[in-house]
Formats: sequence, structure tokens, C-alpha cells
Amino acid sequence: MNAVLVMIAQRLALGVLTLFVVSVVIFGATELLPGDLASALLGQAATPETLAALRTQLGLNDPAPVRYWNWATGVLQGDFGVSLATRRPIADMLSARLGNTIFLALYAAAIAVPLSLVLGVLAALWRNSLFDRVANAGALSAISFPEFFVAYILIFLLSQSGFFPSLVRLTPDMELSDKLYVTFLPALTLTLVVTAHMMRMTRAAIINLLASPYIEMARLKGLSPLRIVLRHALPNALAPIINVIAINLAYLITGVVVVEVVFVYPGLGQLMVDSVAKRDIAVVQAIALIFASAYVLLNLTADVLSTLTNPRLMRRK
Amino acid sequence: MGVLWFLVLAIACSIPLSYVFRAAMAQVLPHDMAIAARDMPLTAAFGILVIAVYIFIATFAPLLAPYAERTVVGTSFQPWDSTHLLGTDRLGRDMLSRLIYGARNTVGIAFATTALAFVVGSLLGIWAALRGGWLDQGLSRFVDALMAIPSLIFSLLLLTIFGTSVLTLILVIAAVDATRVYRIARSVAQGVVVMDYIEAARLRGEGNWYLIRREILPNALAPLVAEFGLRFCFVFLTISSLSFLGLGIQPPMADWGSMVRDNATLITFGDVTPLLPAGAIALLTVAVNFVVDWQLYRASGLKEQG
Amino acid sequence: MKNSSNRHGLTRRGLLKGATALGAAGLILPASYRDARAEPKKGGTFRIGLGHGNSTDSYDPGLWDNLYAQVFAAARHNQLIEVDSDGQLIGEIAESWESDDGKTWVFHIRQGVTFHSGKDVTVEDVIASLNHHRGDDATSAIKQFFDPVTEIRADGQSVVVTLDAPNGDFPYLMSDYHLAIMPGSDGKIDPTSSDGCGPYIVESYEPGVQATLNRNPDYWKSHRGHFDRVEILAILDSAARLNALMTGQVDLIDQIDPATIGMLESRGVANILSIPGNAHYVFPMDSRAAPFSDNNVRLALKYAIDRQQMVDTILGGHGAVSNDNPIGPANRYFYADMEPKEFDPDRARFYLREAGMDSLSVDLHVADAAFSGAVDAGALFAETAAQAGININLVREPNDGYWDNVWMQKPFVASYWGGRAVEDHMFTTGYAAGASWNDSFWEHERFNELLVKARSEFNEDLRREMYQEMQRIVSFEGSVIIPMNNNYVMGTAKNVATPEQISANWNLDGFRCVERWWFA
Repeated sequence: MNAVLVMIAQRLALGVLTLFVVSVVIFGATELLPGDLASALLGQAATPETLAALRTQLGLNDPAPVRYWNWATGVLQGDFGVSLATRRPIADMLSARLGNTIFLALYAAAIAVPLSLVLGVLAALWRNSLFDRVANAGALSAISFPEFFVAYILIFLLSQSGFFPSLVRLTPDMELSDKLYVTFLPALTLTLVVTAHMMRMTRAAIINLLASPYIEMARLKGLSPLRIVLRHALPNALAPIINVIAINLAYLITGVVVVEVVFVYPGLGQLMVDSVAKRDIAVVQAIALIFASAYVLLNLTADVLSTLTNPRLMRRK
Repeated sequence: MGVLWFLVLAIACSIPLSYVFRAAMAQVLPHDMAIAARDMPLTAAFGILVIAVYIFIATFAPLLAPYAERTVVGTSFQPWDSTHLLGTDRLGRDMLSRLIYGARNTVGIAFATTALAFVVGSLLGIWAALRGGWLDQGLSRFVDALMAIPSLIFSLLLLTIFGTSVLTLILVIAAVDATRVYRIARSVAQGVVVMDYIEAARLRGEGNWYLIRREILPNALAPLVAEFGLRFCFVFLTISSLSFLGLGIQPPMADWGSMVRDNATLITFGDVTPLLPAGAIALLTVAVNFVVDWQLYRASGLKEQG
Repeated sequence: MKNSSNRHGLTRRGLLKGATALGAAGLILPASYRDARAEPKKGGTFRIGLGHGNSTDSYDPGLWDNLYAQVFAAARHNQLIEVDSDGQLIGEIAESWESDDGKTWVFHIRQGVTFHSGKDVTVEDVIASLNHHRGDDATSAIKQFFDPVTEIRADGQSVVVTLDAPNGDFPYLMSDYHLAIMPGSDGKIDPTSSDGCGPYIVESYEPGVQATLNRNPDYWKSHRGHFDRVEILAILDSAARLNALMTGQVDLIDQIDPATIGMLESRGVANILSIPGNAHYVFPMDSRAAPFSDNNVRLALKYAIDRQQMVDTILGGHGAVSNDNPIGPANRYFYADMEPKEFDPDRARFYLREAGMDSLSVDLHVADAAFSGAVDAGALFAETAAQAGININLVREPNDGYWDNVWMQKPFVASYWGGRAVEDHMFTTGYAAGASWNDSFWEHERFNELLVKARSEFNEDLRREMYQEMQRIVSFEGSVIIPMNNNYVMGTAKNVATPEQISANWNLDGFRCVERWWFA
């Protein structure tokens, strides 16, 4: 168990390093973007005089390293600062949206993970059967449609007929059941998007093991195929499966801007794209850090879990 | 409903077609490959057939397309008829011709992008695994950081900075994809470099390049091929999502991802037009992955056939 | 020369008698609208889905730049002067106004109007609201309007604005949507406050997502502001907007994708409003840069574009062909009889030869940020130009940063104008030498001379002649290709009722659908 704790500590330290690199990369990239907050805010209406006035007002005239330093020292003290565009504290702006993003990710994961595990195990069990082929082809077709298009089709089928709303309007005092109902379509869209990857990995990881001598042994002992897959293959295949689940969870948190746009869901992705367009660097940075932390933590969790599920890895380290 | 019937019909036709195609390959190909062809499942035969047809269409697009890629030949959204088999698009360009030229552009761009991502990503990944130490740590941490940035937003940033010519599009998507490939290649190669035969080769005095080429790559190929299949198809989706956010391929060039985007609103009214390019992408995705599955299956050493 | 009727603004010798009605823009309403027409009823929650709105939008009036901000502002604020649905100026917070010489303008402030906070609207509030856009450290988009203003001062219950030169159209500038009247303290308004004296009071606002407002019970206009509650949603995706309207989740949407207007109509679940106005789409050419510095090249390009095809394809028929004329049919002095420019490849070749060229190859930089459908419009232009031996190489630029890096930076681009209610305003902002939005960097001696002269010309006929000559110059010697006037196209739920006349000045009934419309 100690080994695991050491690993967690190491990985967390590396995670902080990752966050630092991310913040530098994002800051650099937004600096390289043509234009700045002042010109983005004024848009077509910008004139040299108003631009200069707005730049001074927003404090954009400092050199880039100074601005990065100011930002970084603020963050280290737990202060994400104020959005320059709206002059609202960033922490306030983000908290509600972060909650929304996580809610949707968990909702989609709660459908997608069990579904893909079951489908993956069944596909491995009945490999090369008609079921396997259909599940595989169906899943592949689902991921080969762009997300917004999947969303449009679902809206056409399920929303125009009046089953589910096509707009997600959240109010703070909403019942959980109402919330689950209004966010069903985005969650279903995301489920369709991530299921294929997890299902295929589950199937592949199990099939990969079926040629191993110990499975051969179990088979010779006359165990039922289901038992072989569930009791012998699946536990050993968990590591890659957990990894792919982690990657997909990270995607559900960080990569769903398109679905947010279609369903008008107030999540972080939309805010980040908006803020990039407006060059509101402090907001972009804050969201990038949240996304990067989610990614780092999920990967860490996956690694810890796969180590725990594999006694050999435990002993070796 | 019509769409469903069409699907059933298409599947019903594709089974005998794949069967005939497999039999034909078993006859035509040289001996070794013919055996492999004879034993492959129907799905793989179907996959190869589809890929072959796509390559054929892409190669001979100018001969096959009834109209030019960009010429306006009618009014917007003409229905399907004998002059315009699949109708016209928003600007009045022939849909079938755009789809055919789209095959060339889309498959070409996707292939170039994925190939570049794999060459860069897997070479760096294997190299890092082989050398270990600071180089490995530095590269891996940097790649980790890049992967921690959502890929769509990262592409958006890069494309806004560098512009959206086809070349930058390929380079940017390849760069983002290469980080994913790097990780897989590195983890697979790490398993291989500790093997005795690598040690033996090192002792023989073989160079890094030799080790990568002759010892590690062949052993790491299977998972890389599997990843290639998916990444290849994701390029279309990335282009499509980028065009959703206002970037993407330069018009008036036809590519399926942008064609889905351009016509997507029509699905709101149950019009099937956007299903055509989306279906073209889906069919290719399924086909490529059927072939990949078959290859993986062969590599896994599992003998039974379904 | 005091104006007797505050409906008509300055009535100097009949010259600037308000604006003539926008006769050409008269709207023929669908039958269902006419049936529903009756006395406005109070009540209901009006839900609007707009294809605009950013999470970076703010309450600062100087920075409003999209339809969301504009409609949201119209819901909570009043201005000095309102443009009514006939295109005439009517008093809002200014009860009336007058000028003896066109240089000194006196605005009489309406008494008894209160802000949502309960405070009375005073002369000081008005001055603070105007000064927010004026001065060296002002960051307002309309700072330039105040460049000729030398002084703004209080005089009893009036505000006196002094200009450095006469401008008979100055009250029109005061109707600009940025000029919301907000409470001031110490001569400054608070740009982070939602307080105004308009028809609705803000309950909640989440930039880029939604705003909810409730009726202002103390609103001074008893015949306006009919809804109990207004909800404004930002729905950026056009398919999502359509679906929201079709499934009854919103009552009004803007910017319907032209390709889908016909299908939406045939569904019968919504009404389509298509309002012709002065808005237009343009392709400005940098007149300083070769080859566009040669007017023959510009003419060649102007004859190489198929305007009717553009209207049919890009606007789905919801618009009109424009003859490279920034003055629209809704303007007073619109030159309707100007010789039209048909698509004529031979003529284009002729002008190319005049310019001493056999063929021409130019880059056209576009993005849908310029106007919705700009990339498609560029592709169509390239197709027709090819028939005239002109190779237009289409370069699609990112939407992001388009106004910084492409517009007025690259020599040949796409752009749009909302149109202006008065000719002088349009020409001064977009075509006068050195104007900050003169995106073709065009200078024409005769044009600039006429522009100044017309401002103080008092004879209606002479003035018309001058403006028509200016339109002719812009059309045939200007450096902006203006292929079409786009209609404002909106979709409403069946139970939404509107007045007989909908304003052609800006979208959504001059942004004021929230205060002018009602549920039948």
C-alpha cells in the first residue's frame, strides 16, 4: 500500500508541473493570437484612440512576462482574479458552470460506462457473432457522426415529437429529477459519442487475454464461457479498460463544447471558447487549469486503480 | 423510415458482394496472401472492398464526377432527379460530384494527417522509451501537458494563430494527434525495450535507428495499427467540429466533414441530405475498423474463427 | 425656430421634418398576423432566442456590439430619442428638442420619469450618460459621434449640446442604441449597473446564457411594454434556434438560415417576418492598393458578380439586389432609378481591357463573421467572376479576430453594414475621406465636397439631387461592391402579435420588439 501512496505523491508533484506547463503554453498561445482583449471587445467599432484608452484601462500595456507573473502569483494565493471583459470575479463565473459541466459528465458517464462494459463483455463473449458485428458497426457509425450531427438527429427524433426539450434551461432551485429530464438529450448524445471507444477497448482487452495459457486451462477445465470471461479474463483486462474510461471521462469534462453549443448548456467549454475569442486571458487560463487538473487527476486515479487491481504490479513496485 | 429500409437493403447487398470479393481475392492474389484472404472473415472482406472502392473513387474523381467540384450548375437544394442524382447543395452545386471530389480531399487529408502523426508520434515515443532518462522525462511531461489541453480548443488556438490553409490544418491536427500516438508508442515500447533480445542487439553494437526499425516497431505494430484505424476516422470529425466553430477547410474545396456541417440544419426538417456525407464517413470508419479488427485478431494469436 | 410638434424633431423650413416614412419598406404581413391584430393585450412571458450573445458581454453601453446586447438594452433602458417604426424621430427621455443654427442643440428632458431604483431621471443623469461616450479616456464604440461636440451643459430642465459645425441630422445620432440613459453620480454612470428607465427590470443575467426581466410597473409609457416577463436566451447555433421555436420553447428567433425558411414556413408552426431595410452586405476593396486603385478593375469586378443569384442563394430571396449603393430603399433620398448593373462578363472583360489587363487574379478574404453566408457568397462570386476571366482566389479566414486582422487589413474582404437612417450618417461613417470605418480607404474629391455641402443645404430638392449624385459616385466610382440588401428575417410563434408597421431601422423592430409587441 505504501508503494501506492508514494506513487500518488510522485504523480501529484508531476501534475503540478503539468499544470505549470499548461499555463505557460496557454498563455503563450493566447499571446500569439492576433489582437487582444481591447480590440476584441470593440470589434468592428475599434478606432486607434478607443483602443489605446481601453488598453490602458484594462492594464494590457504591461509586457507579457509581467502579466503572466502577476497572474501566476495571484493564482498561487488562490485568487483567480477578475474577468477583464465583464469585471466579475472569475471564481464566481466559473463555479456554477463547473458544477454544470461535472453534472453532465457524470450523467453521461453513468449511462455510458455500464452500457459499454456490458456491450463490450457480451461482444467478447459472442465474438464474431452477429451481435458482435452489429454492436461494433453500430458503435463505429455512432462515433463517425460528428457530435453536433448526432445531437441534431436526436433532437429531430426525440425533441420534435415532444418527448424531451431541445434547450437545457437550468434554474438553481431545480429538482434533481427535472434536471435529469432536461439534460437527457445532451447526456444521451455524449453517451453515443463515448460508448464506442470504451466498448471496443473492453472487447479488445478481453479477447487479447483469451489466447493466454491460463484461459486455455480454464477452458479445458470445462468452465462456461461467461464464467471464463467474467471471472478470469475481465479482472486481468481491467487496467486498459480503466484507462480508457479515464480518458473518456476526461473528454466528457473537457471536450464537449460542441454539445454545449447545440443544447445551449452553460458549461465551461463554451465559456472557454468565448473567452478565447475575446482574448480574456485570465478566464482562459483558469478554465485551462481546471481542465488540466481534471485530466491529471483522472489519469492518476486510473493508474492507482489499475495498480490496485493488478497484484503483480503492486509487488513489483 | 426510408433510411432504415435503405440500410437493410444495403446490408443485404453487401454480404454477397463481400463474399464474391473474398473469393476473387483468393483467386487473384499470390499464394501467401491468397491464404490469408481465404481465411478472413466476411467483415474484413467487406472492409477491404469498401476501402478499395473509396481509393478508386478518390483516384479517378475527375472522370467519375458528372460535374466539376465547384461549378454552380443549378439552384439551391434541387431535389434528386436524373440530371442531379443526389440533388444540389446550398449554392446549387451538384451534390454527387461534391461527394466524389470530397472522397479525394477528405481521404487524402485524413491519410496525410494520420500518417504524419504516426511517424512523428511513434518515432518520438519509441525513441523516448529507448533512451529513457531526462529525454524521456522531459518529452513525456511536455506531451502530458499538451494532452491536458482539450484537443479541439488547442487546435482552435493553433489554427487561429497560423491560419487555415490545408497545410496548416494537416500540421495542426497531426501535431495534436501525435501526442496521443506518442503515449501509446512509448508505453508499448517500454514493454519491449526491457526484453532480452533488445539487450542482445545493443550488445551487438546496433544503433538506435536499427533497434527502432528492426526490433521494436514490428513488436509494437498491432496496437499502433488499431489506433491508426480510429485516429484516421477522427480526422474527419475534427475537421467537421472545427467547421462548426468556424474554421476548417478552405472553400470551395469539398470535404465530407464540412459538407455535414453545411447541410446539418436540414436534418431538423427530416431532410436526408446531410446523411450522405455523414454516411460516407461512417461507412469508411466501419470498413477501416473491420480490417483493423481482423489484423488485431490475427496478431492476438487466437485461432478460433466465428 | 422651435419645433411645435415633438414627433417631428427639427422642423426647419420643412427640410429636416423627421424622416419621411419608410414607404418602400412597407411590410405586408401574413394573414395570421392580420387576424391576430387587435388592441395590444398585457401579459405573458416573452421568450426570445437570439443567435448572439457572449459570456464576455457586459452592462457597459460603450461596448454593446451584438444583437443580444442591443435587445437586452432596449428592454431595460430608454434613450433621448427613439426612431419609431416609420423611421421618424420621436422623443423618449428628451420630450422635444430644437436648434436655431444646427450647431447648438437643446434637448428638453421629460419630467416625472424614474429609474428602476426609484430615482428621478435628471438632466445630470442624461449628461453623465452622454459623457460616458465622450472624452479622451472614453472607450465607447461611438466616441467618434462626439468628436464634433464641443460642449454639453445643463440649462434648467434641458441639456444643451454645442457642435463645432452645423449638422441638421444630429438628433439622429442621439437615437443610437449605445446612448442609454443611466443614473449618474458625480457626472459618471456606473457601467456595471443594469439600472435604467426602460420597460423591464432585470431579475437575473448570466452573460452569454440568459437574462430574465420583469415588467417595470412604473414605466412612463403606458401603451408600451406589454409582457409580464421577458426571457432572452443566447442560442448561437442556428439549428438549435429553429428547434427551440418549433418545439415551442421560445416565441421569437432571429437569423433564420435562409436555406430553411421555406421548410419552416411549410411546417405551419411559426410565422416568418421578413423586413426589408437598409442593411447590406459588402465586399470592400482597398482603393489605395493595386489593382483596386484602378477604377476600371473595380468596375470589372462589379459587373462580374451576379447580384440576383446572390439574393436568391445567399439570402434565400429575403432581400433585394443593391446597385453598390449603401443608401437603401428605406432612406429618404434613395436613388431608385440609377442604371442597374447586370451580371455581364463581356462588360467586365471590357473594363479589364480598359485597365490594360487580359486577366486578373485577386485574393478575396472572407469569414462568416463578416456576415452569415459570406464564405458561400465569396464562392459564388468566384464562380461568376471566372466567366469573365477574373480569378478570385477565396481565402477563408478564421471568424476569430476577423475584424482585427482581415477587415481593413487585407485589400479585398467581406463585411456588412446595419444601414443608417440618414444618408449623412451612412456616408460620414463609411465613405468620407479618413473616416475610421472607410473600409475601402476611398477618397473622392467631389464626393467629399458634396457631403459637407449637403449637411447645411436647406432646399429639399437640391439636397435630394446632392445625395443622389453622391450615390451615383459611390456606385460607379466607389471601391465597395454592394451586391445586396439583406432583409431582417425572424420567426415568431403563432400567438405573437406585432404592430402594423415594423421598423426597418435595425433588426427586431429596431431592437424594441420587447416593448412594442404582445401576445394575441
